Amino acid sequence: MNWFDSWGLTIVVFAPIVGMAIVMALPREDEQSLKVVTLLTTLVTFGFSLALVATFDYHDGGGLQFDVNRSWIDVINSRYHVGIDGISLPLVVLTTFITVACVIYTWNHFPEPHTPKAFLSLILLLETGMVGTFVAQDLILFFVFFEIVLLPMFFMIGVWGGPNRNYAAIKFFLFTMFGSAFMLLAFLAIFWKTGTFDIPELAALEGAGIVGNTQNIIFAGLFLGFAIKVPMFPFHTWLPDAHTEAPTVGSVLLAAILLKLGTYGFVRIALPVLPDAAIDWAPWIGLLAVIGIIYGAFCCLAQRDMKRLIAFSSVAHMGFVMLGIATLTDFGVNAAIFGMVAHGLITGMLFFMAGSVAERYETREMSRLGGLLTQTPRLGWLLGFLAMASLGLPGLAGFWGEFPAILSAYNPGGGLPVETFRSYMVIAAVGTVFAAGYLLWMLQRVAMGKVKAEFATARMHDVNTYEWLAWTPMLLVILALGVYPNIIFGVSNDAVRLTTAAFGG
Amino acid sequence: MGTPHFDFHALAPELILTGTILVVLVADLLFEERERWQTSRLASIGVLAALIPVITLAVDGSDRIMFGGAYTVDNFALAMKGFFLVAAYLALLMSFDYVREGDYYQGEFYFLLLTSVLGMVVIASARDLISIFVALETVSIPTFVLAAWRKHDRRSNEAGMKYFLIGVLSSAIMLYGMSFVFGLTGSTLLSDISAAVTTGGLPPLLLVGIFMTLVGFLFKVSAVPFHFWAPDTYEGAPTPVTAFLSVSSKAAGLVAMLSLVFAGFFGQPEAWQPIIWVVSAASMTIGNLVALRQTNVVRLLAYSSIAQGGFMLVPFAVAPDGTGSAATSAFEAVVIYVLIYGAMNLGAFACVIAIARRTGSAEISSYSGLMQTSPALAVVFSAFLFSLAGIPPLAGWFAKFVMFRAVLDASTPAAVVLGAIAAVNSVVAFFYYAGVARRMIFDEPATPGEQPIAVPPALTAAIGLTAAATLVIGVYPQLFAKVGELAASVS
Repeated sequence: MNWFDSWGLTIVVFAPIVGMAIVMALPREDEQSLKVVTLLTTLVTFGFSLALVATFDYHDGGGLQFDVNRSWIDVINSRYHVGIDGISLPLVVLTTFITVACVIYTWNHFPEPHTPKAFLSLILLLETGMVGTFVAQDLILFFVFFEIVLLPMFFMIGVWGGPNRNYAAIKFFLFTMFGSAFMLLAFLAIFWKTGTFDIPELAALEGAGIVGNTQNIIFAGLFLGFAIKVPMFPFHTWLPDAHTEAPTVGSVLLAAILLKLGTYGFVRIALPVLPDAAIDWAPWIGLLAVIGIIYGAFCCLAQRDMKRLIAFSSVAHMGFVMLGIATLTDFGVNAAIFGMVAHGLITGMLFFMAGSVAERYETREMSRLGGLLTQTPRLGWLLGFLAMASLGLPGLAGFWGEFPAILSAYNPGGGLPVETFRSYMVIAAVGTVFAAGYLLWMLQRVAMGKVKAEFATARMHDVNTYEWLAWTPMLLVILALGVYPNIIFGVSNDAVRLTTAAFGG
Repeated sequence: MGTPHFDFHALAPELILTGTILVVLVADLLFEERERWQTSRLASIGVLAALIPVITLAVDGSDRIMFGGAYTVDNFALAMKGFFLVAAYLALLMSFDYVREGDYYQGEFYFLLLTSVLGMVVIASARDLISIFVALETVSIPTFVLAAWRKHDRRSNEAGMKYFLIGVLSSAIMLYGMSFVFGLTGSTLLSDISAAVTTGGLPPLLLVGIFMTLVGFLFKVSAVPFHFWAPDTYEGAPTPVTAFLSVSSKAAGLVAMLSLVFAGFFGQPEAWQPIIWVVSAASMTIGNLVALRQTNVVRLLAYSSIAQGGFMLVPFAVAPDGTGSAATSAFEAVVIYVLIYGAMNLGAFACVIAIARRTGSAEISSYSGLMQTSPALAVVFSAFLFSLAGIPPLAGWFAKFVMFRAVLDASTPAAVVLGAIAAVNSVVAFFYYAGVARRMIFDEPATPGEQPIAVPPALTAAIGLTAAATLVIGVYPQLFAKVGELAASVS
């Protein structure tokens, strides 16, 4: 498997682009082959990512594997450097996995206007950008992939979105672009101080060469770029709009993967490259994280639109992830990695549910919905299952992202103020109660009670074949991760230990 | 001094162009009326032929200095000559159907266009105040006529007249400034001026001279506050001429500024650095803010090119700061920015010309729903717009990147402030670029059921070449970066 070591990652990154080229070459009337080619592409990509899983050396989860380092833009000392460690691996697999589910789901849930060629091309382009970001080991390469993701999502929201799509699309783009402009300046500043864009080299330096306040200023640039993407309070305002307007698949990809680009950026770049600044910033990041948890929960309780509620729940959940990262402990960062994967699966599924409910009832107003359990019992039970997973019921995936993140705040690393973080812990713990509150409230309003009069006589399809095909694997993984969380912790732990070594955690 | 030394190899591009110009002029008389379009073919062949010696000279690689240092053929000159010739070829492709269908004076059109290109090719080598001035006038005077080409159209007349008056005014100011510089340094050669300026201090009159000289060029690159002619001229002129003005003519001004500033005035940054800093910040900000309010694509691109000009001036404003490498990286940044800007802006104008063939209008509202009738054109035009906005993997990101790198190489507070202004501006710029793309892609067509736009082969070639360049450079910037690096090795 020697060739696979040097080509495997590159194939996973660029296979979707090849598929996209084929899709673009096909006539746009031939919908069936467009779908088949897209599905095959995502399946092949997923297959290769599974091959990565199979050949990954788990005894060396901290080191870079499938490492490829070739010349790219020599004049600016930027190289095509890709590789994965235990932090990247779960996220790469999550990306390829969710993309397959999305393509299956679009099979008979095509958003209007019905132009499969463009839509499927964008999904594939998006996949390249997302996977590329998770494997890039060079700051400029990371930046390029990070930005490639923007355009397809912009168009997905703007073309196939809801009534207010125009506003939502541009808001999404301007927010993220504003952040990434400063992120790029920060990358350049790092280069100017250290003379390299190579992430592993920079991580090995542990901030040497960037002294004192300069680190804090550079960190501010990175923080803007990543925190807007996560999104953290108070930069989250683009998220509910984008989610509400985006087509179902767009929402799923946005929630499941795009948000993780931000948190991943913190773990991969901000913490290891600028450890001193991370210690200075951590209490503030923690503060914004817990504000996000509580604020997101309150916003959820004020929503009438089911999809908007799920969008705000993302703000709260990403708050837990960021709290885990802010503790600077291996325990907390492990929880954050787990939280990213779990949130990706669970919230991704919730958006699928919201899409399917909206498709059947042609509304997402919770006051008009009700009685899902009597009218479409399978859909109702699934929603119940996911609500439980999302609120962090032990035995399901959500628990292992949330609970250790809270626990890690008890004893933060890097000499962070213990009292502050313990207060955060308490607030976050209260946040889980709110989370249970809004999720059960949603479940009650949507799934329980009687079917409203306007839909009482309507015949609703229960979960159909394509939905089962798309969802079953995700549901199984949510269960599997909940029962045996070591699937992820075992992979990520070594890499996380290296990341947090600088903080004595 | 003796007889001047002629290096015919070094002068071959200029000689070939001159020959072509004469052939085109004569051929126009000989051809039948309906055969006149052949002059375009002759012009294209001439431009491509002129590229050959540029390539052989680049392969040869040695610097050639002639006429007592007034005329230099080095890597920088060659890179820019190559750029001007390729841009001219693209402009010819874009003009072909426009001029042919417009029933204009075809032979004269190409004659004037090529004359202007000759001036550009000369300006890349000029290292002397007088040759720079003469070359710049050779660039400008034909474009005054070209801007007024649609002579039955009031707007076109206005465009030509405005451009002419402001152009002449700026030339006069520049020439007056040059006379001060000559008077105080005793030479018109940039190398002598550089030596005199570095050792001789900065008498107030020299400050005035340098300032006025630069103002002339800032008019040329339509930097704020010397930009008032640009939107009206761009809108009124025939669109291929506008493309030519906004890319080649602007680049000629920047190339001359590069020579003047880096080879002439570099020793006295106080004389020009603050001015360029202010002009750069103002161009970016005002260009972008006014562009937000535009309803006409050509005017929008005019203001966008004012703002892009501001980005291109950023490296000038930070060049003298920092350590020795800062100047090189600033020089490189300007060259790379100009090259990339050329590809994407020419492409954008080519798309505007193509779309105007059906709509006959450049109003943004007429672009609604283009995605549904001509998807390929809508996608490519959006790609150019996003490239101008600096979104990877399209070429524009690399231009912005080298500009930011120059800022951080300098790393003085003033430089960082300018960098932050540029960063905020690139977000603002995205808003109006995306606005056009949104019209084309998100909106429904104003009149449903329209036929797709038929794009003639020459225009398709222009769009295809620029689109390919924009994508390839964006994914693998090393190609262009190498050119920039070689060019900068001169400074």
